[in-house]
Amino acid sequence: MVDLSGGTPAALNARARALARLLQRRRDVEEAVIGYASVTVHFDPEETDAERLRSSISRGLKAPSPDQVPGRLHRIPVIYDGPDLADCADRLGLDVAELVRLHSATTYRCFMLGFVPGWGYLGPLPASLRLARRSVPRTRVPAGSVAMAEDLTGVYPIACPGGWHLIGRTSLPLFLPGSGSPAVLQAGDRVRFQPVDR
Amino acid sequence: MPEGFKVLGSGPLATLQDLGRPGHRSAGIPPGGAMDRFALIAANRLVGNPDGLAALEITRGGLILKALGPALLAVAGGEPSLRLNGSVAPAWTSFLVSAGDRISLEGMDLGERAYVAVRGGFLGQLWLGSRSTYALAGLGGLGRRLGAGDRIDRGEIAGAGVAGRRLEWGLRPQYSGHARLRVLAGPHLELLLPPARDQLLQSEWSLTEECDRMGYRLRGPAMAPLATDLASFPVTTGCVQLPPGGQPILLMSDHPASGGYPVPVTVISADLPLAAQLRPHDRLRLELVDLDQAAKARAEQRAALDSIRS
Repeated sequence: MVDLSGGTPAALNARARALARLLQRRRDVEEAVIGYASVTVHFDPEETDAERLRSSISRGLKAPSPDQVPGRLHRIPVIYDGPDLADCADRLGLDVAELVRLHSATTYRCFMLGFVPGWGYLGPLPASLRLARRSVPRTRVPAGSVAMAEDLTGVYPIACPGGWHLIGRTSLPLFLPGSGSPAVLQAGDRVRFQPVDR
Repeated sequence: MPEGFKVLGSGPLATLQDLGRPGHRSAGIPPGGAMDRFALIAANRLVGNPDGLAALEITRGGLILKALGPALLAVAGGEPSLRLNGSVAPAWTSFLVSAGDRISLEGMDLGERAYVAVRGGFLGQLWLGSRSTYALAGLGGLGRRLGAGDRIDRGEIAGAGVAGRRLEWGLRPQYSGHARLRVLAGPHLELLLPPARDQLLQSEWSLTEECDRMGYRLRGPAMAPLATDLASFPVTTGCVQLPPGGQPILLMSDHPASGGYPVPVTVISADLPLAAQLRPHDRLRLELVDLDQAAKARAEQRAALDSIRS
């Protein structure tokens, strides 16, 4: 695992993405997986010269950070009627319309995928929308639920347990198991939520 | 297609598993696959299969199969108590069955998981290059656990295979309910103060009831919580996470692709089969080794498996 430090979270994440792209091109790297501020490198120690890989990582880290790659833009339609919407607005001291406006007025970056297939960690959330996670997670959150917690937002791609606040839902599938690349979102993509009525 | 099997009983959890689907972690998809890869590969080799064909992963026993046609089978993993038409049959040994034969895996004398391989491999949905069932998404294999009444087909490969091929006890992993799992230093071992580090590496931990294919929650001495707030990062099978409660979690095949808890140590791949055979309330200790020792353990394990080929 390569841990990056020194810089804003967004800059560290951009460096992690650039390093992962570089390493993913090597034939002796099985997978270079992007974290917020890290890259986890999977390799076969018997097929790889670990020292060469290490020095290649060091070179990759010294190379100047690439210009911000724009990343694909996904527009996700959202019906803002989640079971936690009113409670969140209440705790944030906002009315529901204002919460919806703030949540849908920001273009988020997909920092990394994880948790469950197709789940993208999207952020940063506007400071006025930040709440700690639910103290008791739900045992089952429906697929398509749009959620937020702390400085992040995201969409549950499949039904699974979850501890984030549910503020809406989308009909846009983010996990396509039949496709060769089943996750619709990729690290580095941008996401904009669009309020819709039905 | 050759005749397969009818499932008459499946026990608490039986799924199709092969070597999994590594390489999709960037999509949030865990590698999955057999928890005990040694036993999976051994069972496959005993029936003359390539290593990666799908077998049945049986948790705690309870499996009853009726053969719908002739087939060559082998069962490996821990010490399964196996019967063929009611008579005791040896595990870790290939054997022939004919149409109408009843194969039952009643329980485990030692361990938690057994692998039933058939010459030609079991068939099921291939997803991202693997037939392993990933229950959370309902994909791979049957897309769910086996149940009574299911019919499972098998594939066909050239040649007949040999009955009576066996892996000697001394060449199998030394499964135990008191396991010693060798670990490598993980990315956050230095975050632990020396007393906590000693506690992690010198204590005996026990498995709680919260153990499944995703991971095992362990119980032991209360460890001082770490005052760290880590940004989420990709994790892998064998990672030992240390949540704020101080009770570690060992990540297994279907683990979530990312986590935010510190990972002080990671279990070496050669010892994951031992971990796979632990039951709730079994004990384990973690022993720190270096990369060379891990590589040596892996090579020894490969040599043991290669003895089945010769």
